[in-house]
Amino acid sequence: MAVKKKILELQKKREEALQGGGEKAIEKQHAMGKLTARSRILSLVDDNSFNEYDLFVQHDARDFGMDKKVLHGDGVVIGTGTIEGDPIGIFAQDFTVAGGSLGSMHAKKITKIMDHALKLRMPLIGINDSGGARIQEGVNALAGYGEIFYRNTIASGVIPQLSVILGPCAGGAVYSPALTDFVFVVDKISKMFITGPEVIKTVLGEEISAEDLGGAKVHSQITGNAHFYAESEEECFEQIKKLLSFIPWSNTQQAKKYPPKSPRPEYNIDEIIPEDKTKPYDVRNVIKAIVDDSDFLEVQEYWATNVVIGFARINGETVGFVCNQPLVLAGVLDVDSSDKAARFIRFCDAFNIPIVTLVDLPGYLPGIDQEHAGVIRHGAKLLYAYSEATVPKITLILRKAYGGGYIAMSSRHLRADFVFAWPDAEIAVMGPEGAANIIFKKDIAAAPNPEEVRQQKIQEYKDKFANPYVAAAKGYIDSVITPQETRNLMIHCLDISVNKDIENTVPYKKHGLPPF
Amino acid sequence: MIESNQKTGILNIDGTLYETNLTKKYLEKKPWTEPDKRQYVSHIPGTVVQIMVKEGQQVKKGTPMIILEAMKMNNIALVPLDGTVKKIYVTEGQKIPKGTLMIEFE
Repeated sequence: MAVKKKILELQKKREEALQGGGEKAIEKQHAMGKLTARSRILSLVDDNSFNEYDLFVQHDARDFGMDKKVLHGDGVVIGTGTIEGDPIGIFAQDFTVAGGSLGSMHAKKITKIMDHALKLRMPLIGINDSGGARIQEGVNALAGYGEIFYRNTIASGVIPQLSVILGPCAGGAVYSPALTDFVFVVDKISKMFITGPEVIKTVLGEEISAEDLGGAKVHSQITGNAHFYAESEEECFEQIKKLLSFIPWSNTQQAKKYPPKSPRPEYNIDEIIPEDKTKPYDVRNVIKAIVDDSDFLEVQEYWATNVVIGFARINGETVGFVCNQPLVLAGVLDVDSSDKAARFIRFCDAFNIPIVTLVDLPGYLPGIDQEHAGVIRHGAKLLYAYSEATVPKITLILRKAYGGGYIAMSSRHLRADFVFAWPDAEIAVMGPEGAANIIFKKDIAAAPNPEEVRQQKIQEYKDKFANPYVAAAKGYIDSVITPQETRNLMIHCLDISVNKDIENTVPYKKHGLPPF
Repeated sequence: MIESNQKTGILNIDGTLYETNLTKKYLEKKPWTEPDKRQYVSHIPGTVVQIMVKEGQQVKKGTPMIILEAMKMNNIALVPLDGTVKKIYVTEGQKIPKGTLMIEFE
């Protein structure tokens, strides 16, 4: 029967195309410790849920002998599937086919799945593993990148976009991940840079390995380009699944609700913070003492560690945490931590995720390097992000909230919906030592026993201002609460915020001008 | 695992001393020094193509002194002050990174 013959023909064509770059190239890929494009997708999506499109796409290059070359699928796999039952659009560059190089049809496949994901309002996952632009295709390859960047921008804030760097991602190609919401990297596999080690050597005479220039650790710890670091591709896929469990499909949806769980008993909320305000503690333990099952997914764990950001659930509902970290640089705000927190706040706001802010900071990091690095411009991003965010905002002052840091960390003045403080909190322009030195400068200098007087004045200032009641008297904080009351109060706040009115809170504008 | 690059230490904020971890970036920040016009430092990485002055030579501000090729462009560095060339630290054909001391004047 003719139809059967056609079906056999289709099967043969499929088998051929699914070979990608062929056995040898696949062996090479495996030797580099990397999975192939399709096996990566299959490890990520639910069993039997992946549907591939554009398997038979062929490149249309005619120059430099390209017309004689067959590149299966043109070096990229695209399709749709589900992860834990939720839909996703996905593309994975196939390094076994012409090094995953991007030509015009390769780019058209990527933009097809991007358009699809945007139209269908589902998250987009991009797996990058490519040598870069296919030089034989000239400006058509560059046009392809441009089309991708444009779509990344238009889809930004509508659907979550995840970039997974599982191989080289160099030159202009890095700007697609940079425009997306979360970048995943894997040790020894991911490489990202604008100009690679060869160019740097030729032009500058400086030698550096690809790993030291733009490896996974560099982007996780130094540049802040990566949000999640894994030791293996498998671990990376688990991180992706976990992140997706916390975020909604699109900006018109809410994140999935999970059955509520209590925090684990080993995190005792009464015993985390030292009484001495100059002693450090790990703010992640406070988060874990508040959230369901003490389960906290930290974002950018290794970069700008003086602020901690990430996702958790309270009574089954996803919230984003933004917290000063007294363990590192006393929890000060600086250039990098302001950038880190501001971008995360904007993600939460775009995707309807309430923000919980835990405050304990002595202020901004002093220093010539900070001033010259533009702490004014970068610090302003944080004020902007908090002021602009219309999702429910809950602020809890744990211990210290001094000066500009108090204002910046989701204060009432920037329109936090609920502001609470623990009884030990101090809300003031600066710490008692600095304040006493300024206010009582003359008294201290004139005294026969200046040090004694200084200590006396510090104590005087402490007694008067080093507490939460001055701010409470003004209504700047809504309640002074005990640590034990924290979780239930947060559940209450989240429950009563579901219908928060965000209409007419800002005048009409095309868009604001955040300081970036 | 990414090894921590932090060390425990003390951070002074407004006169209060906080016990905390100090990051590598914080520990390795370079102390600021006032720029010295007599020390001519490369503003861009590149290759020294030509040196047009000699040690001991009296020079006038604004005279061309070095051609530095960077990003396929020949950049002409001008003498920054009236004075004498004390020492030349680079040679023709040398590739130098940004921030290299090239010429010292007195």
